[in-house]
Amino acid sequence: MMGLLKRDLALAIRAGGGFGLSLAFFLIFTALVPFGIGPETGRLSEIAAGLLWLGALLACLLSLDRIFQLDWEDGSLDLLATSPLPLEALAAIKALAHWLTTGLPLVVAAPILGLILNLPGPAFVPLVLSLLAGTPALSAIGTFGAALTVGIKRGGLLLSLLVLPLYVPTLLFGAMAATRGAQGLDPTPTLALTLGITLGCVALLPFAAAGALRINLR
Amino acid sequence: MALSVTDIACARGPAQVLAGVTFSVAAGEALILRGPNGAGKTTLLRTLAGLTPPLSGTIEHADGAIAYAAHADGLKTQLSVAENLTFWAGVFGAPSITAALDAFDLHDLASRRAGELSAGQKRRLSLARLLVTGRPIWCLDEPTVSLDAGNTARFAAAVEAHLATGGSAIIATHIDLGLPTARTLDITPFISRRLRQDDPFADALT
Repeated sequence: MMGLLKRDLALAIRAGGGFGLSLAFFLIFTALVPFGIGPETGRLSEIAAGLLWLGALLACLLSLDRIFQLDWEDGSLDLLATSPLPLEALAAIKALAHWLTTGLPLVVAAPILGLILNLPGPAFVPLVLSLLAGTPALSAIGTFGAALTVGIKRGGLLLSLLVLPLYVPTLLFGAMAATRGAQGLDPTPTLALTLGITLGCVALLPFAAAGALRINLR
Repeated sequence: MALSVTDIACARGPAQVLAGVTFSVAAGEALILRGPNGAGKTTLLRTLAGLTPPLSGTIEHADGAIAYAAHADGLKTQLSVAENLTFWAGVFGAPSITAALDAFDLHDLASRRAGELSAGQKRRLSLARLLVTGRPIWCLDEPTVSLDAGNTARFAAAVEAHLATGGSAIIATHIDLGLPTARTLDITPFISRRLRQDDPFADALT
């Protein structure tokens, strides 16, 4: 299992692996916001927390279709499915690898990009904590969506349509935690809810993803 | 019997492709599957490998006994030959990849990226994976595609060595591999083209 994680991380980092693309998208998205909304710092700082969450969510979405599609195309998904590794573990590791290469860099970059959007001082810690608590759910839900659409040529758009509605609770509570921090309120309850969604997703969705893979590999 | 198949029906998507397939393969035995293009050799092998459940009938073998090799090589082009093999060795818990590199003469290529290999070299790497699985029953789908005569012989030798250690092999192929002890099974009599009976739309379409 560690071997699969190491392989996926190595593939992401090597040429053509797409590591950093989501991060670059996040950066550009955030840099474009002032152009669209206007540079008034007051207006920006009000919506900064929500925008950063939205940007992180969209950046995460970009790389979802690679989770299983590349392995499916070159035939290694069939071989992995016949290996001693349970498909549930495969899905869980794929989600973890996706989070390590996509979600975690977004969490690290978010406070820096918060400066661009004039995020209020007290919101920084809740923002990072809420992203840390919420982005694993994005990867787990995304892995399930990727398992549903594996084998569909150019299924990326369908994957987005399937996954985005499922992202609503995470976005809602994650962004609310950061916003509450910005307003000087206690973010702990919403952080706890975000973490709860993540724990539920991480515990259950690998099984759903494995079921979807089994059907799609037939 | 290493593998025994009794009266199975196999489906590919909504269509039943084969029915009434019965055969068995003993330890140390190789079975060559023959049949025209589209007969259902791949479907049968995917069913044996456990990727597609049979519509009916039983497949008996020890748990985790089957090593499957498909048409696709299943290689990661950004990883080197050794890295590809080491990954599979880790998945299957094999201690070393040296024997696999030996069997398919891959030592000189070990540090090359798989993406830089020729089609035949990729095939050899893909077949070398079988040796690190350590599994007794090989299910191989057209294993000699893109192999030259010398490497086909090398593959046949690897199969012979596998059989000699009590393994078995089921090989779908159109060429003569030169395996003296292999039995041949023509699957043409089992071809059965119809919609699968558990398909909810079967009635609507007939």
